[in-house]
Amino acid sequence: MMTDHTVKSYDQEITHLTRKVLEMGGLVEDQLSRSIEALAERNVELAEQVVERDDMVDALEEEVDQFAIRMLATRQPVAVDLRLIAMSMKISNDLERMGDYAAKGIASRCHRLAKARGDMRPLQAIPRMAQLVQSMLKDALDAYVQRDAEKAVLVWRRDDEIDVMYDGLVRELLTYMMEDPRNISACIDMMFIAKNLERMGDHTTNICEQIRYIVQGERINRMPAPVAE
Amino acid sequence: MTDIPVGAPESIAPGWTWSDAAARRLKSRHAADLRLRIYGITAIAIALGLLLTLLTSIVVASWTAWSTTQIRLEVNLDPNEIDANNPAKGDYDDLVRAALYKLFPDVQSNADQRVLRDLLSQGAQFQIRDRVVADPALIGQTISVWVPVSDPIDQLNKGVIDRNLPPDRRRVDDQQIGYFDALVADGRIRSVFNTTLFTAADSRFPELAGLKGALIGSFYLVLICLLLSVPTGIAAAIYLEEFAPKNRWTDLIEVNINNLAAVPSIVFGLLGLAVFLGFFGLPRSAPLVGGMVLSLITLPTIIITTRAAIKAVPPSIKEAALGIGASHIQAITHHVLPLAMPGILTGTIIGLAHALGETAPLLLIGMNAFITAAPEGIMSPSTTLPTQIYIWFDSPERGFVARTSAAIIVLLGFLVLMNALAVFLRKRFERKW
Amino acid sequence: MVTQAHATAVPRPSVKGANDARRHDAEPANGKAAQGRGLDRSTTDQPSKQVPAGPAVAPGATPKISARDVNLWYGEKQALFNVSLDITEREVTALIGPSGCGKSTFLRCLNRMNDVIEICRVEGRILLDGEDLYDRRLDVVHLRARVGMVFQKPNPFPKSIYDNVAYGPRIHGLARSKSQLDEIVETSLRRAGLWKEVHDRLAQPGTGLSGGQQQRLCIARAIAVSPEVILMDEPCSALDPIATAHVEELIDELRAQFTIAIVTHNMQQAARVSQRTAFFHLGKLIEYGDTDQIFTNPNETMTQDYITGRFG
Repeated sequence: MMTDHTVKSYDQEITHLTRKVLEMGGLVEDQLSRSIEALAERNVELAEQVVERDDMVDALEEEVDQFAIRMLATRQPVAVDLRLIAMSMKISNDLERMGDYAAKGIASRCHRLAKARGDMRPLQAIPRMAQLVQSMLKDALDAYVQRDAEKAVLVWRRDDEIDVMYDGLVRELLTYMMEDPRNISACIDMMFIAKNLERMGDHTTNICEQIRYIVQGERINRMPAPVAE
Repeated sequence: MTDIPVGAPESIAPGWTWSDAAARRLKSRHAADLRLRIYGITAIAIALGLLLTLLTSIVVASWTAWSTTQIRLEVNLDPNEIDANNPAKGDYDDLVRAALYKLFPDVQSNADQRVLRDLLSQGAQFQIRDRVVADPALIGQTISVWVPVSDPIDQLNKGVIDRNLPPDRRRVDDQQIGYFDALVADGRIRSVFNTTLFTAADSRFPELAGLKGALIGSFYLVLICLLLSVPTGIAAAIYLEEFAPKNRWTDLIEVNINNLAAVPSIVFGLLGLAVFLGFFGLPRSAPLVGGMVLSLITLPTIIITTRAAIKAVPPSIKEAALGIGASHIQAITHHVLPLAMPGILTGTIIGLAHALGETAPLLLIGMNAFITAAPEGIMSPSTTLPTQIYIWFDSPERGFVARTSAAIIVLLGFLVLMNALAVFLRKRFERKW
Repeated sequence: MVTQAHATAVPRPSVKGANDARRHDAEPANGKAAQGRGLDRSTTDQPSKQVPAGPAVAPGATPKISARDVNLWYGEKQALFNVSLDITEREVTALIGPSGCGKSTFLRCLNRMNDVIEICRVEGRILLDGEDLYDRRLDVVHLRARVGMVFQKPNPFPKSIYDNVAYGPRIHGLARSKSQLDEIVETSLRRAGLWKEVHDRLAQPGTGLSGGQQQRLCIARAIAVSPEVILMDEPCSALDPIATAHVEELIDELRAQFTIAIVTHNMQQAARVSQRTAFFHLGKLIEYGDTDQIFTNPNETMTQDYITGRFG
């Protein structure tokens, strides 16, 4: 256990910052699962709720940033504290983008897709992809609070799966679009949804890189090469 | 923020609570304060009162010594009595007496003439002689001179001798009083400031006795003491403070120096007698020997005060000098000593003032000798102010009583002057800090 | 709620363990992060300045002063334990550490100011440009002109400002004439940033200046003898922030010409002012490295605990 700061309020502030980031992460997780649910059940009301709740995500990002800046000014942090505070700002930024994808990218398309006719089979792949993204995010947030760099690296690698799924889904959607031009509009929406999910995965890898930097202190935005493949 | 920690006693919460007990305690503290002040003021008042009493009594006792009685005579400098080629050899006694007898033409018998002669001081003739020697052109003229009267008449004029006492209880008899009153009626008696006290050396006769020899002797003494003890003392202090290793030997030396400062000064006198006079065979009563003995007495004081002054200089100055690349000696002489100067000066002057007033050791080396001429140099016999006081105190003549007190006042005056010099120098150097 | 699961904290891996991860660090992870941001990061990768944990030698730079296995005793009590440290030329090296850790003691070894303390005994080698400082034949007075010192509390001599600065050149015979001496005094005061403020009152006592000015006067005094190294023992601890800023600016300017070693309690100052930092604790040198690295990612846990305020 890392020793406490001599000034207790410093530790309390760091805990507060961490909690806020986690709160934001939890909210984004929730937004994602709800938006996928809305999509699957064609629940327009739920989708509208998700879109509105994006304001909360934005507000939390503002809160995290302000608090981090305040800590930079008052505590003049160094070493691990500095890395934590600076990276927390970046993580909140990534989470906010993910929230946007979940709300504006996915939930807002729900309305249109709910009314679409046509082949909805690709819709089944999407929840699976979303599931992957969700678990990645959850594990990343775990690694954040546990300050576990190895875990972050493992989560980072799982993004490969999402990319593979995305590629497959795009091919499938292309096939449908070529089969029946009436499907194009719906398929394009689905393609965008898939793209947003893939982007969410990318942002989660950013979060993992930042976590790794917090713990190990070297080379932001870089990951170690795979050990033995 | 303003949370009182759990478990803290209530009494540490801020805010005063006034209770009767607290008010009473405060009152008694004020009372104690006032009492302390009263004690202090009383103590100072008592000390000052005693001092004032002492000074007043001395001043009163010395009152009559500040003036001297003179008689005016017309002295005919008969060229037959004085050889123009050797004016010093003339019979001035004769001339002076002749001038006096002229004033009392009807005093013819030898016994009466002797009584008349006793009115004059023995030194009157020498004063005339000195004037003629200084200006031989006066030979052949009749000059009007004021010459001192003898001591009994001096005392009579000052009213010290009580005329109402029976004659066998007085210094002067009725005949002398008669002559004296006649001279007074004639306007030939005056009282002037006693410059002889400062211009003449010691003498058997009080009216001719002065402090010149003692002043010069004391001056030589202080000078020699200064020259011997100050450089040695300062150098020793610098060595002990800066260079000597801190071991048991230096501790021993320090203890011994502190003890030396407390040794009774008469022991130093014995030392001087045995070593300087006995072993080295230096002349007795010489200011040189006196100065050497006094320097032994003041040396410990100077060493101790110099060490304290050096210790008081902030070490940051010396460190700064060393950091710049000054050697140890340079750091001390360029920086530490100038800053320690006020303290060193004060200590030196106080030590010298103390030496000025030392009597016992000087008595042992013979500076209470009766010496009638001022010393020529540091090797010739001399007295000093304190020993002169001692000598006069022992003398029987009435005139010496007042003169002893006058000499005490002169000595005190010099001590005050030296201390004032110490204060002035200290203030002057302190401004430079 | 999901957040509750994250609220538990688990023992964090030690910083040392991170070193191992670092060792098989190789290619940049280009694709994902880059695409997420639309920027190719591969060209902006900087090599890390890794400092080995062994002897504290700065690779590539000439050490101006190098200390090896320095041990120091005050009587029976040992104050420095096998300290080995290099001070690189024309750089500022900061010595930090808690009270009583020996940083000031070590600093004072570098110009043999500890000689003044009788019970002090030093073992080990300290080389200035290759010469052993503790060699018997070395002239301490000359050494102290080559290695100057500025103290914690400004201590100008109680002389005029001119005499303060001129004293050093005078005793070392650096000026052959009065005009040369005047020149040295003016140059030193200009370099110390004090000339404009005092040029019209050089005859006034140095002790009449403000605290910050006095300290700059002490710095001018130190550089008047053209030293090669300047040692500063907490020079700003007695100064207000503005005076501190002036002195820090001065240090920045001076390091183009002088090698500077500064002991400071103020970690932010050490971070601002120095290029290399050494952390001392209880007489031992715990870590020494580039300032950037020490303050963003120190190797030793103790260093990190100290600089983040987790000590005690």
